[in-house]
Amino acid sequence: MIAILNRDLALAFRAGGGFGLGLAFFLIFATLVPLGIGPDTGQLSGIAAGTLWLGALLACLLSLDRLFQLDWEDGTLDLIATAPVPLEGVVLMKALAHWLTTGLPLVLLAPVLGILLNLPGAAMPWLLASLAIGTPALSAIGAFGAALTVGLKRGGLLLSLLVLPLYVPTLIFGALAVTRAVTGQDALSPLLYTAGITLGALALLPFAAAAALRVNLR
Amino acid sequence: MASIWEYANPRKFITTAEAVLPYVTVLAALCLVTGLIWGFFFTPDDFRQGSTVKIIYLHVPAALMAINAWLMMLVCSLIWVIRRHHVSALAAKAAAPVGLAFTVIALFTGAVWGQPMWGTWWEWDPRLTAFLILFLFYLGYVALWEAVDNPDSAADLTAVLCLVGSVFAVISRYALVFWNQGLHQGATLSLDAEQNIANVFWYPLVTVIGGFVFLFIALVLYRTRTEIHLRRLKALIAQERMA
Amino acid sequence: MTVTDLACARGPAQVLAGVTFSLAPGTALILRGPNGSGKTTLLRTLAGLTPPIAGRIEMAEDAVAYAGHADGIKAQLTVAENLTFWARVFGTGDIGPALAGFDLAALAERRAGDMSAGQRRRLSLARLLVTGRPVWCLDEPTVSLDTANVSRFAAAVTAHLAAGGSAIIATHIDLGLSAAQSLDITPFTAKRLPDTDPFGADFEGAAP
Repeated sequence: MIAILNRDLALAFRAGGGFGLGLAFFLIFATLVPLGIGPDTGQLSGIAAGTLWLGALLACLLSLDRLFQLDWEDGTLDLIATAPVPLEGVVLMKALAHWLTTGLPLVLLAPVLGILLNLPGAAMPWLLASLAIGTPALSAIGAFGAALTVGLKRGGLLLSLLVLPLYVPTLIFGALAVTRAVTGQDALSPLLYTAGITLGALALLPFAAAAALRVNLR
Repeated sequence: MASIWEYANPRKFITTAEAVLPYVTVLAALCLVTGLIWGFFFTPDDFRQGSTVKIIYLHVPAALMAINAWLMMLVCSLIWVIRRHHVSALAAKAAAPVGLAFTVIALFTGAVWGQPMWGTWWEWDPRLTAFLILFLFYLGYVALWEAVDNPDSAADLTAVLCLVGSVFAVISRYALVFWNQGLHQGATLSLDAEQNIANVFWYPLVTVIGGFVFLFIALVLYRTRTEIHLRRLKALIAQERMA
Repeated sequence: MTVTDLACARGPAQVLAGVTFSLAPGTALILRGPNGSGKTTLLRTLAGLTPPIAGRIEMAEDAVAYAGHADGIKAQLTVAENLTFWARVFGTGDIGPALAGFDLAALAERRAGDMSAGQRRRLSLARLLVTGRPVWCLDEPTVSLDTANVSRFAAAVTAHLAAGGSAIIATHIDLGLSAAQSLDITPFTAKRLPDTDPFGADFEGAAP
């Protein structure tokens, strides 16, 4: 299963792998928001947490439709399904690879964008922590959505429709942790809820995703 | 004693549905007409809310059934996953647009009610937001049914989505309460309250709720019957083509 | 490996019924039949990708190596990287014999995306050797191969059989395998709705 992780990472970094696209999107998104809202720094620092969480979420979504679709198209998924590895583990590894190539870079870029959006310094560690804890859930939920829509002709759009409502609790708790840190309220409990959602998603969703993949492979 | 699973046979289901449907339809119409006329014209205005309170007769039953429709889909999905009864999957499929419509009614009447009461059409109150998110779940569910060609695969995939979606819907509900305390009034109905609202409002409300329940049952039976006919038609066409 | 009364479906429709054959180690079975007769469906069922509607497949678990129409090759990876990946997934070690068996040693560092269709096909067949699985289920394996490589493929199958493996191959050309029997699947082709479909033949009969 480590082989699958390594291969997905190698594919992401090779030419045409799409690594960095999500990051670039995140950057552009964070640049466009002040252009739409106005340059008032007070207002920006109020919405910085939500904007960054939303940007990270959309950037994650951007690369999800490739998660299983490419392996499905070239027949790799058929072969992996007959290999002596559990499909649940394959899903988990692919979600992990997706997080390492999309989620983790977003987490690392977020403080820079936080400065751009005038996020108060005291909230910065909370931003890092909430994104680091919350983005794995985004990858796991996304892997489930990608497994449901693999093999559909216009799966990309449907994928967004299925996945975004599932992102609601992660977004609420993740962004709330940062917003509360900005206003000096208790930020720990939403952060812990975020962690709970991530752990639950990582533990349970691979089973649902593998079931969906098996249905789509028949 | 005949097993309840007999009705999982499509043919048997249709015969039963056709026997039951006239009664359910008439009951639904009776309850709705009586309850709504009673509620709209023969109840006093609320001392605080004035006549706007009367939208309660549409809002509360629609909201109630919007959630119950999803619960019914969840049960049907579980039956399909565990026992592979096709009718169950088709009933879940048939219920989704009905639940979607109830959700839209609840949202719309809520906005109409909220305008005079809170001075705004829309408020990011946890309960309202939860319904908006429920609406999105319904949309995704219906869209997934439409997108998958093979009907059995579609049934499997939507069932998995319904199970996972239910868990996330519940988490979202609690997340929303955490997120904003809200200004929606307390639940109109709750089972443990001694008396929920004054009797003058209560009786017509229960009548309309009964009407909505019968309406839901009737619509789901009609739609499931249509879905079964559709599957039968597809099967006949496939048979013709392969012969 | 014994297959008894197997019925296979593709999507909602049954394609094959009553497929019965047995395959001893060291022998190959060539599936014959016109396009659309169900060869691919049978192979996918044997590989465990599609569940059968009826019948039994008796064989050891995790015995099948499947190679379908699609190559399953990552264009961005080199030949050696592609094979190494599969060797690790299947828990086998050395990719040397696979490279040698299909004359890929010289291409080992070539990006798979830069290769011709025939070379890619050779790579996907070489993968069979790294799986270490005894039963090969091959769907039109010789597509895009030239004559020299067809005989190279036949040699690889012969060696696999000699080592006690077996193979089920859907193909239209003669591979010249000595230990091969032929199975025409046309008699098993039974395109109709499965008996288990409640919307099929059963529908009218089951009136209350």
